[in-house]
Amino acid sequence: MAMRDIASILPLSVEGLSFEADGKRLLDSVSFTLPKGGVTAVIGPNGAGKSLTLRLCHGLLVPCAGAIRWQAETGRRRHAMVFQRPVMLRRSARANIVHALAAVGMTEAASRADAALARFGLAALADRPARLMSGGEQQRLAIARAWALEPEVLFLDEPSSQLDPGATRQIEEIIQSLASEGMTILMTTHDLGQARRLSQRILFLDRGRLIDDAPTQAVFAGQSSNAARAFIAGDLLW
Amino acid sequence: MDISSSFAAAFGLIVGLDPQFVQIVGLSLRVTLTAVLLAAVIGLPLGALLAVARFPGRSALIVLVNGLMGLPPVVAGLVVFLLLSRSGPLGALGWLFSPAAMVIAQTLLVLPIIIALTRGTIEELWGEYREHLTSLGLTGARAIPTLLWDGRFALATGLLAGFGRASAEVGAVLIVGGNIAGHTRTMTTSIALETSKGDLPLALGLGLVLIALTLAINAAAYGASRIGARFAG
Repeated sequence: MAMRDIASILPLSVEGLSFEADGKRLLDSVSFTLPKGGVTAVIGPNGAGKSLTLRLCHGLLVPCAGAIRWQAETGRRRHAMVFQRPVMLRRSARANIVHALAAVGMTEAASRADAALARFGLAALADRPARLMSGGEQQRLAIARAWALEPEVLFLDEPSSQLDPGATRQIEEIIQSLASEGMTILMTTHDLGQARRLSQRILFLDRGRLIDDAPTQAVFAGQSSNAARAFIAGDLLW
Repeated sequence: MDISSSFAAAFGLIVGLDPQFVQIVGLSLRVTLTAVLLAAVIGLPLGALLAVARFPGRSALIVLVNGLMGLPPVVAGLVVFLLLSRSGPLGALGWLFSPAAMVIAQTLLVLPIIIALTRGTIEELWGEYREHLTSLGLTGARAIPTLLWDGRFALATGLLAGFGRASAEVGAVLIVGGNIAGHTRTMTTSIALETSKGDLPLALGLGLVLIALTLAINAAAYGASRIGARFAG
């Protein structure tokens, strides 16, 4: 990671973030700070605004109110996002990474791409058409592609929701190793076991509002709002 | 001359590479390929832009382009005729009754097909790729090269459809080309003329080449989609 000597974009401060679509308020005045390092899991029922929060932070959507402030403004975007359903271009695995690197203007795209493929155990699949790879391989390629961009922050939207248990374990190991290398991770998951295994901090969203922002241990020990306790206990929220 | 001997004479023209016959086939291919190439250069980027851009009147433009896919060739011919006629805005070029005029008329016919098919293909791809490309900073026109490349197999089918339409039409090239022997006589205009003159072997021979061409185009389109599925997924 060549992020030495560069001013960190963290902490990220999110203030009063709101988003509306078709007159419906999908996110309502969400505020939190994301410091450097660690894995933060955004959990909550369907439609709570988890993915929306990530998309807004990544800049894919424009909030209707509130602010997303990165500590440092940089020329190149230093946060990357991996989507629930990995977007695979109709090219080889290697070409997918090279395309992303070229798009953001990074040099030595070919050697960086090969390094990323090797890092995530995809070197043997470099020339395979990306869309013909398995779901787990595609998700690893999507993470490799994001990693190659050398982001400080990685947004992961339900990184293993489409995967079988074996592939899920691989993805979780990757997330842990990225975090241990100092990458800051903000992820959504509907798999509470995964949130517990990977994250140190939980953001619990319900119907567009941030209800809890607490250490993972505390949340799973029941030191949280009634809504979060009910959600974790498997009660239906509405 | 009965039909069977006409067929025999037609095969003779094809196998013997009769000079007049070869000249007509050659001109037809040259005009149509040039028209498809021009229409591709203009239509692929325009179709892609229409797919990713959002502006007032976009829906109306899409309807217009889709409608123009069915533009009657004689009307396209008439429009180009008026443009190129001595008193028309482009009359000074002196292109009327020349292969150049035929290229323009066929480009006009093929362009809506290529724009419309490109728009459809690219819009679907854009829906799939939008968030990833936006994440990489490739929005609007900057996304177009990626989208065109990734749609290459489907787009090839569109180009072949355009080639099919142009090579089979007779009205437009007849009006602006004038069907002048050795100069602007194509396969389709020759068939129309020779049939009415009673020279069935030449008409049949050209007809066979046209049918073979149509089959070849369809085989190529099928091949493109198969290759696309195999190598790009």
